[in-house]
Amino acid sequence: MKITTPQNHQGAALAAGTPAPEFSLHSTPDQTVRLSELRGQQLVLVFYPADWSPVCGDQIALYNEMLSEFQDLGAQLLGISVDGVWCHAAFSQNRKLRFPLLADFEPKGAVARLYGVYRDGDGTSERALFVIDADGVIRWSYISPVGVNPGAEGILSALEELQGKPEAK
Amino acid sequence: MKSETISSIPKSKLTLPIAGRDHVQGPIDAPITLLEYGDYECPYCGAAYPEIKAVQEELGDRLCFAFRNFPLVNSHPHAQHAAEAAEAACVQGRYWEMHDLLFEHQKALEDEDLAQYASALGLDARRVIAEVLAGEHVARVREDFHSGARGGVNGTPTLFINGVRYSGLLDANTLLAALTQRSPV
Repeated sequence: MKITTPQNHQGAALAAGTPAPEFSLHSTPDQTVRLSELRGQQLVLVFYPADWSPVCGDQIALYNEMLSEFQDLGAQLLGISVDGVWCHAAFSQNRKLRFPLLADFEPKGAVARLYGVYRDGDGTSERALFVIDADGVIRWSYISPVGVNPGAEGILSALEELQGKPEAK
Repeated sequence: MKSETISSIPKSKLTLPIAGRDHVQGPIDAPITLLEYGDYECPYCGAAYPEIKAVQEELGDRLCFAFRNFPLVNSHPHAQHAAEAAEAACVQGRYWEMHDLLFEHQKALEDEDLAQYASALGLDARRVIAEVLAGEHVARVREDFHSGARGGVNGTPTLFINGVRYSGLLDANTLLAALTQRSPV
């Protein structure tokens, strides 16, 4: 596994309590997703470095399998990377993804920068997770080492806490 | 759809075998536990299968091995029915035999194949398939999957040694070293 050391933005991600910055990104060549239009539901923003790279593939495939777990907790999932819409379309079709991938493509990585998870040297985003509540406020965020698939446990715990029903110990 | 609590598995047991609930080989109170979350159609699980067998042979009664289902159904269209067929075989007392056959025939997991494996084990194959088609074991497989999601599973196979996620290589030697090292002496 390649370990990239120069940029370590751990801790720079927008923290819980911060209003989630507005954005509008293409999900397909002719559709855009505007964050404010999704107000009223909980969201999970999944920033990942790139379509097709093996670890991301695992992470994105895993979340795809777990969609019902997220939906049961009232949350919608959005993937974001700096890849363009056509790349996303091919990746999504290949992996049979059932949630949208947003193209943070032009200007490149602008939304990742807004959320504090852009990696200058690499030209990609961190592998970062944000849980946003129905009022558009970030309630949990996490940056995983780029080579590590963070799984879903952190997201599920954050969503459960948001529902006010933390799982019994 | 709001969930009721899907899982009856307490949080402290997401990564440990549970007596009376889980499929286990070896004594439940063995000093070392190895819990796998796996998928019968996953090639990496298939590759890990003989390595785990070798480790089991080496450690004997010092090891309790348990398997929970974590089928990645979008990538592996046969994984769900295969998992359910293993559960159906359990009803007739042949869980591990079916488990082994599935991993030994990962490329032939159509429903007809599942029926054939059931027959080969002397099971009532018609009943196995009927249970699969009726979805009788869906809830169990789902509970396994849910507990994995909550326990930190991030792909297949994911192994837990004495409750701690193992992220090393999956060959028998490396695995054996990790298992014996973490064994309380």
